[in-house]
Amino acid sequence: MAKKKEDVVDTAKAVTNKVVKAVKEKVAQVTNDDVTKEAVEAVKDATEKVAKAVKQAVETMTEDYVTAKIPEGPLADKWNNYKAHQKLVNPANKRRLDVIVVGTGLAGASAAASLGELGFNVLNFCIQDSPRRAHSIAAQGGINAAKNYQNDGDSVYRLFYDTIKGGDYRAREANVYRLAEVSNSIIDQCVAQGVPFAREYGGLLDNRSFGGAQVSRTFYAKGQTGQQLLLGAYSALSRQIHKGTVKMYTRYEMLDVVVVDGRARGIITRNLVTGKIERFFAHAVVVGTGGYGNTFFLSTNAMASNGSAAVQMYKKGAYFANPCFAQIHPTCIPVHGEFQSKLTLMSESLRNDGRIWVPKKKEDAEAIRAGKKKPTEIPDEDRDFYLERRYPAFGNLVPRDVASRAAKERCDAGFGVNNTGLAVYLDFKYAIERLGRDVVEARYGNLFQMYDKIVDENPYETPMMIFPAIHYTMGGIWVDYELQTSVKGLFCIGEANFSDHGANRLGASALMQGLADGYFVLPYTIQNYLADQIQVPRMSTELKEFVEAEKAINDKIDKLMSIQGTRSVDSIHRELGLVMWDFVGMARTAEGLRTALKRILEVKKIFWTEVFIPGSRNDLNVELEKALRLADFLEIGELMARDGLNREESCGGHFREEYQTPEGEALRQDDKFSYVSCWKYQGEGQEPKLLKEKLEYEFVARQTRNYKA
Amino acid sequence: MEKTINIKVRVWRQAGPKAKGAFETYELNNVSIDSSFLEMLDVLNEQLIHERKEPIVFDHDCREGICGMCSLYINGHPHGPDSSVTTCQLHMRKFKDGETITVEPWRSHAFPVIKDLMVDRRAYDKIMQAGGYVSVNTGGVPDANAIPISKLKADEAMDAASCIGCGACAAACKNGSAMLFVAAKVSQLALLPQGQVEGAARAKAMLSKMDELGFGNCTNTGACAAECPKNISLSHIARLNREYICAKFKD
Repeated sequence: MAKKKEDVVDTAKAVTNKVVKAVKEKVAQVTNDDVTKEAVEAVKDATEKVAKAVKQAVETMTEDYVTAKIPEGPLADKWNNYKAHQKLVNPANKRRLDVIVVGTGLAGASAAASLGELGFNVLNFCIQDSPRRAHSIAAQGGINAAKNYQNDGDSVYRLFYDTIKGGDYRAREANVYRLAEVSNSIIDQCVAQGVPFAREYGGLLDNRSFGGAQVSRTFYAKGQTGQQLLLGAYSALSRQIHKGTVKMYTRYEMLDVVVVDGRARGIITRNLVTGKIERFFAHAVVVGTGGYGNTFFLSTNAMASNGSAAVQMYKKGAYFANPCFAQIHPTCIPVHGEFQSKLTLMSESLRNDGRIWVPKKKEDAEAIRAGKKKPTEIPDEDRDFYLERRYPAFGNLVPRDVASRAAKERCDAGFGVNNTGLAVYLDFKYAIERLGRDVVEARYGNLFQMYDKIVDENPYETPMMIFPAIHYTMGGIWVDYELQTSVKGLFCIGEANFSDHGANRLGASALMQGLADGYFVLPYTIQNYLADQIQVPRMSTELKEFVEAEKAINDKIDKLMSIQGTRSVDSIHRELGLVMWDFVGMARTAEGLRTALKRILEVKKIFWTEVFIPGSRNDLNVELEKALRLADFLEIGELMARDGLNREESCGGHFREEYQTPEGEALRQDDKFSYVSCWKYQGEGQEPKLLKEKLEYEFVARQTRNYKA
Repeated sequence: MEKTINIKVRVWRQAGPKAKGAFETYELNNVSIDSSFLEMLDVLNEQLIHERKEPIVFDHDCREGICGMCSLYINGHPHGPDSSVTTCQLHMRKFKDGETITVEPWRSHAFPVIKDLMVDRRAYDKIMQAGGYVSVNTGGVPDANAIPISKLKADEAMDAASCIGCGACAAACKNGSAMLFVAAKVSQLALLPQGQVEGAARAKAMLSKMDELGFGNCTNTGACAAECPKNISLSHIARLNREYICAKFKD
């Protein structure tokens, strides 16, 4: 690489000298002063252009910079150009190619089904007892699409623009535009599958609004949109399983990816029922295993959601991108006790009709915390609707990161409610007065019931209490425009990859991205890779790369089983979670992040010396499963803190207290941090290396996000 | 102050599919009534691990009542005594101080025990694979608003589609029938024009797979609907029967 860099510089120097010489000659030929001036200007201009081009070329040629293979052409033509010129695999060859898909959420199930339909031989894995259980199922509010059925001014460009802006200008333009482009096809596809989206009395589809947008573009199925979309993808997957194009492995966990001659060629798995370690070959491996929010122990993720597949890919050479970009969702049911195992989300759609407030007077807040006053006793004039006050244009529908920080600000200032002081109100009194109880019940009935069952309070009569919680991770495995990681033949889709959402994801965009990747992007881009693999015969899993990968896993499991300490996995995970929430949570500082790095190492040491795993490795062993995942969460926690420390700016979900405006809004540092942080693994105990993908904004002018006016 | 109760938990323990199982009783003190049933089991497992014993195995995942993973038979009811909730949404405030709570796995021939309270529900996936879908490939479909669908029909289809596939219906049924599960899918798709094209074939294929997998038949006792955490109505079974009979007449 170093040699290449010198080559580029030499060539650039030669070109520049040539230009300068040519101009000098021209200048010598003329005597007119004006012409000389013009010529000098022209030289200046040309030299600057050359310098810029050289700088870019050098950056992309050196190892420190990463390029995303974005197709040429205007933004709106890129994806069409790509599809028109990419390589395809003919039907007879598709049958001879094996593709492993890990995960059966929206991205995994839709990818496995679509690849099966195309005729590839697909092997699909999930850790649950059925592909229908993946955590996409818990998404409540809806899915965005630029259909403009409401005639309210929506368009592909507007969805693209809102997503880029919502992500605080840290997402890749070309990817986001493609996402907005395919969004409409997703809705068509789901309706064709029989997904019962909400409809108007005329029989056409209904929409609702979500945070960060001024149009109503969110399609929904009650408060169970994720469930219905996942069941749609699951039905397509079931059809392929029936046809034999997809072979399904349930209760199987991927433990490593196998790389042969620099290309992903298979995975190692553990059968969670028998404990047996198995090897699987494929021509390409696709991973859609979701996000790593459970690093925090308490999150809105499912109990088994984990970041282990991501860590395995990272250790095999895939870059981990923007790990510090985690989304803290503003409307979750507050923490209520030490025994708590997870946090429950209350859909963002509630912010359509609910109004968020805390008491205006501190004494009221104190009385509520002490149980001496009820929220219903506070008159309207003593309520501080702080989002409406601070952000008049978007009000209660500001993006999630903004709403979460505003809640924290009020609670830190002493206006929080609940006995902990860590909650704010989400009040439906006004919606019920305006719309009637029936309408509110039709829109949010199942969410109200869920709240009532958990908190034992009736939200029709008293305001809900909510508080921010970790919900989604925008960061993840780095992928190029084709969704391919930095390891050839290894693809990453859905929440597991880093693309599309920048530093903050807008509501109802996760479902959109998962299905876009699985139905409409990966089935194209993977063929551009597989077209070159048709000559590659199926490989034996007795190859040394497979044997070595399996041995490494066996050693790791034996080591964990042999520690026989005194601490349960969960007790150590809770400890990690507290460190993460305190220092790598909603507000971060350089000092706090350094403390986090130190503390995470301590927890890691406790884990590797004091954990106790009962039972046998050759049996169903839930504690062993959890321990393997926690080992990886510890790595991710470290990466998150390291990345947060490196990124000396505030953007989207990443808020560094040192970088804020006088009003307390996030302050980006575009001149220094307009890049994707790509962390490259350097070996056990070594600091990872930081590579950068430059984010160039060709089509959108970067601005400070403004939701006030 | 947080209110707590002291309880005894009588749990079915079974080392493997072929092993002989038995009840074991554990005492658990100072259980917060605000904790969920599964959080209570977490605390119990933490206690067992502390005593260097193997924790109780049970299925669970989202803990929001939507994934359908949790599957406990509590005091003789699938998902316990509370109505319209899954096990994960059941809270300890529904139990009394000093109570002995009996916890079993799903009782159904078609759902064999894997370990302790965890059962194998792949039979439900197989029924779905037999025909629980609309046969469309990705791409090449009409615009989403091309076919207007009556709001009432769409809402009813949504009610049927709320099924989470947990298996409580078959576990509650004295015949071990999966009729409510099959009916929910057949009915959802029969209500929508997209699903009607293959309606007859779907009803036949799914029911025949249900029989083949060892589920019993329906005798309209209604235990399934009474125990369903998502309140799937018996009327969907009526629609399934109608679909099935019409399909048979056409044959």
